[in-house]
This record gives sequence, structure tokens and C-alpha cells, in this order.
Amino acid sequence: MEPVKDTAEKARGYEGQQTGSGGQLEIEPYNLSPVPCHLSPPSPLPEEIIYDLNFATVREWKSGHPGGKAIAYFPVYAPVEIIHACGMLPVGLNGAGDRLDIQHADARFGSFICSIVKTTLELGLTGHLDPFDGFLFSSICDSARNLCFVMKRNFPDMYVDFLHLPHNPETTASAEFLKSEYLRLRDNLERMGGRRADDDALRRSIRLYNENRAVMRQLYDLRQENPHLIRASELYTLVRAGNFLMVEEHTEMLWNAIEDVAGRTAKSRDSIRVVIEGSFCEQPPLDLIRLMEEAGCYVVDDDFGLGRSWINEDVPLDEDPLTALAESYIDRSVYSSVRHDFRKPRFKGLIEKVRQRRADAVIFLIAKFCEPAEFDYVLFKRELEREGIPHLLLEFEEKSFTFERLRTEVETFVESLLFD
Amino acid sequence: MQQAGKTEYRGGLHQRQKELMLRWYDRLDVSASTGRPPTVSMMISGNPVELLEGFGALPIYPEINALQLAIRHESLEPILAAEEMGYASENCAYVKADIGAWMKGITPTGGRLPVPTLALCNFVGCNTYLKWYEHIAALMNAPLYTIDVPFMREDRPSKDDVTYVVRQLMEFVKKFEALTGIKFDYDRFKEAVRHSNRAEDLWSQIKHLARKSPSPFDAYFDAITLMGPLYVYRGTEDGVDFFEMALAEMQEKVDSGEGVYDTERFRVVIEGPPPYPFFRTFRDMFAKWKATAVASTYSTVGGLWEFGFRHDAREPFEAVALHMIEHNVTNRNYLQRYDQIERYIEDWRADGLIIHFVKSCRLFSAGQGDMRDYFTRKLGIPTLYIESDLEDPRYFSEAQLRNRIDAYFESLDHHKSQAVVGDRSREQVTGDR
Ligand code: SF4
Ligand code: SF4
Repeated sequence: MEPVKDTAEKARGYEGQQTGSGGQLEIEPYNLSPVPCHLSPPSPLPEEIIYDLNFATVREWKSGHPGGKAIAYFPVYAPVEIIHACGMLPVGLNGAGDRLDIQHADARFGSFICSIVKTTLELGLTGHLDPFDGFLFSSICDSARNLCFVMKRNFPDMYVDFLHLPHNPETTASAEFLKSEYLRLRDNLERMGGRRADDDALRRSIRLYNENRAVMRQLYDLRQENPHLIRASELYTLVRAGNFLMVEEHTEMLWNAIEDVAGRTAKSRDSIRVVIEGSFCEQPPLDLIRLMEEAGCYVVDDDFGLGRSWINEDVPLDEDPLTALAESYIDRSVYSSVRHDFRKPRFKGLIEKVRQRRADAVIFLIAKFCEPAEFDYVLFKRELEREGIPHLLLEFEEKSFTFERLRTEVETFVESLLFD
Repeated sequence: MQQAGKTEYRGGLHQRQKELMLRWYDRLDVSASTGRPPTVSMMISGNPVELLEGFGALPIYPEINALQLAIRHESLEPILAAEEMGYASENCAYVKADIGAWMKGITPTGGRLPVPTLALCNFVGCNTYLKWYEHIAALMNAPLYTIDVPFMREDRPSKDDVTYVVRQLMEFVKKFEALTGIKFDYDRFKEAVRHSNRAEDLWSQIKHLARKSPSPFDAYFDAITLMGPLYVYRGTEDGVDFFEMALAEMQEKVDSGEGVYDTERFRVVIEGPPPYPFFRTFRDMFAKWKATAVASTYSTVGGLWEFGFRHDAREPFEAVALHMIEHNVTNRNYLQRYDQIERYIEDWRADGLIIHFVKSCRLFSAGQGDMRDYFTRKLGIPTLYIESDLEDPRYFSEAQLRNRIDAYFESLDHHKSQAVVGDRSREQVTGDR
């Protein structure tokens, strides 16, 4: 069997090293074949889907659905069920990684601003977002919020909307407010040519997404038990591919992956089990995720595709669907740096996650200038130290391509835990 | 906030401002040892100080503490202490200064600051507030309540937005009653709303005096003197008296034709918070050119009143909610800020726009390049874009700023004299006719 193919044309900085800096650490080479995508031929790999700046899957969907609209949403979370129920394709945008030179956006967003804000604007200013009919943003941070309105000015013909996702779950008024926000969204989508999303249509969509999230949870659990059978980078691309596909297709892709992984055999390596925290919005380069595994980490949980698994139980189907969605956002959901739930501090959530996944350590993988993640690091760190859980802080930019310093840091960290 | 110097107008109101602010800090010091009066820590943006009057409670404003430290050149030490705790160099330096000062026991006046009876996160626009209060609550061990204020994503707030905030205001009242055992005095609250209405009206009148030429005060640098009492005392008689006095002094200056400088060479609008660690130095860079800020967005963080909003005592909870949602610059969207600035430039007759990019503060700065693009390219307004920080002295590069500001005013001068030549020739043309 062959190692996973590196399809990002430039495997810059990725040298496939398999030994630690001290040379004591022996890591078995990977021997897993990639999970095929099982889409209509020619079947692209998930990795090709997620790094395609021309959004071929979106264009293809639109040509198969004349008049159909595609709505892009900026991370982290969006109520995709509503978009889907209006007969539209919801697409999760994740910046442009290192595949786009910034020519215009730097002048609009200046210094001290994270990269994803700039690459998203750049994608727009260079026509890459033309297949989309609308953009959704939400109340995650000040940079993303301001970006929403800058987009609005620069793309006056586009539907650009901002969802205020609530930050006070202590009051029951929150869910009611969010429901009114969802109604507003639904009306706007219907007005721009969406199908009427009545309760039945909404329930159908909720059911499909419930299933999608359930399979995703299953995959994560499978990985937790058998991290040697599925690579972090592989699971990552599988989950993220869902940002670009119709939900039914993605669910099928995940089922196939489960089947495929269950049939694999591989020896487990000498690795530490880590939880990755802090990459919920701007995404780390794939090579960086690979590097962590090569350096001796089994990733047993992460927040890479947090928006896709935001709701962690089924959304009830026997209630008013928009109420059910609103309540689920607030009460059946993961902790996150971009949502505030003062009933339960998120550092407690992190400790629980570490225990549940039987992790040895936490690696903070934080995008440069990502204020929500940087602030949270302070209280996370304090709590981890109280609990005696080792942790490591790494900073990245989506556009970085050399990771030698990071590699050394991870290797040293792993060695200190394996051989102490 | 309390500096002396050649370029500042210093009348009786400065003395009074100082007294009021010191009295506030004294009362906080008393509360630190006796627990009375109870205190509520909250943010400046759209602050609901009127509700506190219903309890006889005092506000604590971490932002005022932070800016006081910076203006006294004492912000670096707490910032470094916070960075040692794990805060990133990019994190908002207000938060770092406040948390670092708390950890090290540093206060702006040397008096004591109480642990707040309640940490009230009035989430009005800035997402950093949510983090700041999470940290205040965790590190100071204070109870926490958040008022989640829907952002202005449409032109006007919806009924649902207002209902949502009103319900939370009422929950805050219940929570504070439970915490203090003090019954909320609705009449006193209403009275406070009435005072606010009056103080806001006076403040708005003062701001409109800056439309005169020369403007009697600088609506950026001098406005900051007036902002302390506005946030701490707005709902009280003292607040109303203060703004009456301030208006009378300003009116007197208008009547005698007195401006900020002997001549008013330039009128500008300033966007973004000031560099507090170098407040005086920065101000002098404008004084050199006799440039007066006739309007500023920063002075509308706590509330935007010059376009007509007043608290309405007939529906006091709704009034507080509307103030928080719609009538302050932080909760208004970026394009509404462009409109606000545009209105200032037109109605306050400004020659140009200064954008001060503050690296700490993404609420203000994320997208200011687009703002510059809009004002220079779309509207043809002479715009200067400069960078530093509001709290962290390490980001102030004096020589560079001075050069940029000098170059800007030189070209503005040129621009204006060209325009004057243009006007004269037009006059001649008209005269000839
Ligand atoms: S990466 Fe962080 S700072 Fe940047 S848009 Fe996302 S949440 Fe905001
Ligand atoms: S980010 Fe800006 S508005 Fe928010 S707390 Fe910091 S200085 Fe204030």
C-alpha cells in the first residue's frame, strides 16, 4: 500500500521525515491507502475538493440545478439546514491557504489581522467567489464581522448577511431571539429565489444533517479507539469535504470511509495521544497536520471542522423545526472560543474532552492574530496546569509552507512525554 | 484625561471634571473595604448606567482604569505582567493592562478597587468584551452576567432585538437584587433616565457647537475630558450640572469667537481611539498645524447623541435597550460608521479625515484600509492613515508619525490654497458679471 498522495502541487517543506530530531524515536511509515471519494466519476479525492479555488463541485452542482443558488458561509457555524431546506447549496468557506497571492486585500485589512479575513476578501476581489450567490457571516469576532460589511460594500449586488448568534445562553430569551434571527434568514433566502422552506422541508433537511453529524461522530469515535487506522490529515479532508458537497453525498462518503477504515490493518506506533485546540476558523496547512503525526502524535480529537459538528446530539424532529435548531445551537452543542456560555466555562469543556478521549496532552494550534483563540489560551493553560495536563502552543498561518521550527518543537514535546 | 498644557482649553469644567472623577474613585475605594455601595463592572460601550442608579450602585469601568494607566505612562508594566500569564502580544492591550494591573495590585489613583459585586458584560459590539469579562470573572472570582446585544446588521433594530435586550435587562435587575438584597427602585431608575435625557441633550448641543468656525473645543482631544462624567454621572443631577456648566463655557467661547488656537487652520474628523501613552505628544502634532478635530467617532463609543437619540423616560427599559443596540458607534456596523464620518465631514465642514489605526482594537481597525479606500477614492476626501496603539507604548513611533502628519497637513494646506485660488477666481468671474 502506498502512503497518501500529496496532491497539493507544492509539497513545500513537507519532506516526509520519519525520525525524531534526537533519532531515538522510531515511527512506522504510514501504510494506509486513501479513502476514495465514491462520487460520480471522475471521482476527486477529498483533498482535491477542499483545495480547489475554482469550486468545481459548486459549479457542477449549479449546472445540474439550473437556477439553484449557492450560499457561502464564513466559519465557524451556520444553520446549513435552513439554506438546504430552501433548495440551496450551503458551502463552508475556509480561506485560500497558500494558493492565492494577496494583491488587494492587504491594503484593505492592514496589519494585526488574521490571514483568513484577507484571503476571503482576496478570493472575492479576484473573482474566485463568482459561483456564489450570497455570503453569510456571524458574530465570531470583530475582524470577521467587519469583513462582512466590507464585503457588502465591495459586492453590492450580492446577498451578504450577518447572523447574530447569541452569547447569553443563561436566558431563555436567547433561543427565542435566535429563532427570530433564523426566520429573518429564511425570509431573506426565500426572497432571493429559494424554495419555500416550510416545516416539512426543514425537517427533511434536519434529518439529513442529523445523520451526517452522527456519522461524523462515529468516525471520530472510531479514530479515538484506533488512531493508527486513520490519519488525522485523512479524517480532516474527509470532514472538510462536506463543506462543498450536498449533505447526502457527504454522508455517503463518510459511510464509505468507515467501512474502509474498519477493514484496515496497521500496527500502532509509539505516539502520544493529543487533542488539538484552536483551529476552529482559519485552517492550518495540511502539511502541518501531517507533520504532527509524523512527529509522533496521534490526534484523538480536534476542532478543525468545528462548525460541521457544532451540534453534538440529534436536533429533535418533533418540535417546531426553527425552535429546535435554535435550541440545539445553544444547548446541544460543543464549547467554542467563538461562543460564550457562562453557565459552563469552556476550559471545563476542554478538560472533559481530554479525559473522554484519554489524551495525554493538548496542542494549541492557533492562527496568528486570532484573538478569540489567543485570549482563550490564557484560561485553558491555567486549567491544564492545575490538572497536570501537558500542553504545547504552536502558531501558524494558513499560508505558511515551511515548518522546520514547528517540527522540532513538536518532536521535542513528544519525546519529553514518551521518554520521561 | 487630566493634563495641563498650552494647547488645551482649561476652564472651570476641567476642575469640576477632576473633582467628579476623583470622587468616583474615592467611593470605589470605600466600597473596596466596606462593600458599600455595591459595584458593577461594565464596559463603556452603550453602558446602561441608569440601571445602576436604581440600586444606588457604582460603575467600575475597566477601560477608564486602563486609559488612566496609559496616560500616566504606567501601562507597560501591567501589560508585560499579562503577557507573562500567556496573553499574546496581539491581544487588546486594554485587557492586558487591566488584568495585569489587577494581578499586581496597581490602580490608577493608588486607591483600592473593589472586586465587583457583579461583573456585567454588556456585549455591545466588541467581541473582546466577552473575553475580558470571562477573564475578570475567573481571575477575580466575581459573579458574571452577560447582556447579549444584537449587532446592527440591518438599518434599524427589529422588535425582536429590543425585546431580547429588555428581557435580559430585567434578568440583570433580578440577579442584582438577589446578589445585594437591595430592592430595585424603579422610580429612581426612571429619574436617572430623565437625567440622562437632559445630560445627553446638553452633550449633543456641545458637539454641535463644533460646527461653528472656529470650533470652541477639540472634539477628539478635549471631548475625552467630558467623556468620564458622561459615563459615570450621566444619570445623576451632578452629571446634568456638569454638562450645563460645560455648555455655558463653550457657548461663551463661541460668542467671543474663541477657538482652540488663535486661528483655526484646519478642521479634521478623527476616526479611532487615541494613543493614550503619548496623548500629549500626539496632540501636539496636530497643534503644530492648528488643526482642530471638529468630530470624532471615538467620542461616540459610549453613545451617539448628536444625531438625535435621547433616553425616553416613558419607556425606560426600552430606552436603555435602544441606546445599547443602536446609538453607540461600537454596535453599529462598519458601513454605518462610514455614513457617520461622511455626515461629520459634510455637516461639520471638515477638510479631511484622519484614520488612526490601533493595533489592539480590531473593532475599530479591522477594515480601516477599506475605509480609506472609500473616502479617498470614492469621495475624494484627503485622508491620512496612521498606526500605533491606544495602550501599549511599544507601538508608537514618534518620528514616523510626525513625518506623516506633517506631510498630510502640508498637502492639505496646498490643497486648500488651491481651492481658495479657485474660489477667488470664481468670485472674480461672478464679480465681473
Ligand atoms: S481566525 Fe480567529 S480572528 Fe480570524 S476571523 Fe477567524 S475567529 Fe476571527
Ligand atoms: S478591542 Fe477595542 S473596543 Fe474592544 S475592548 Fe479592546 S480597545 Fe475596547
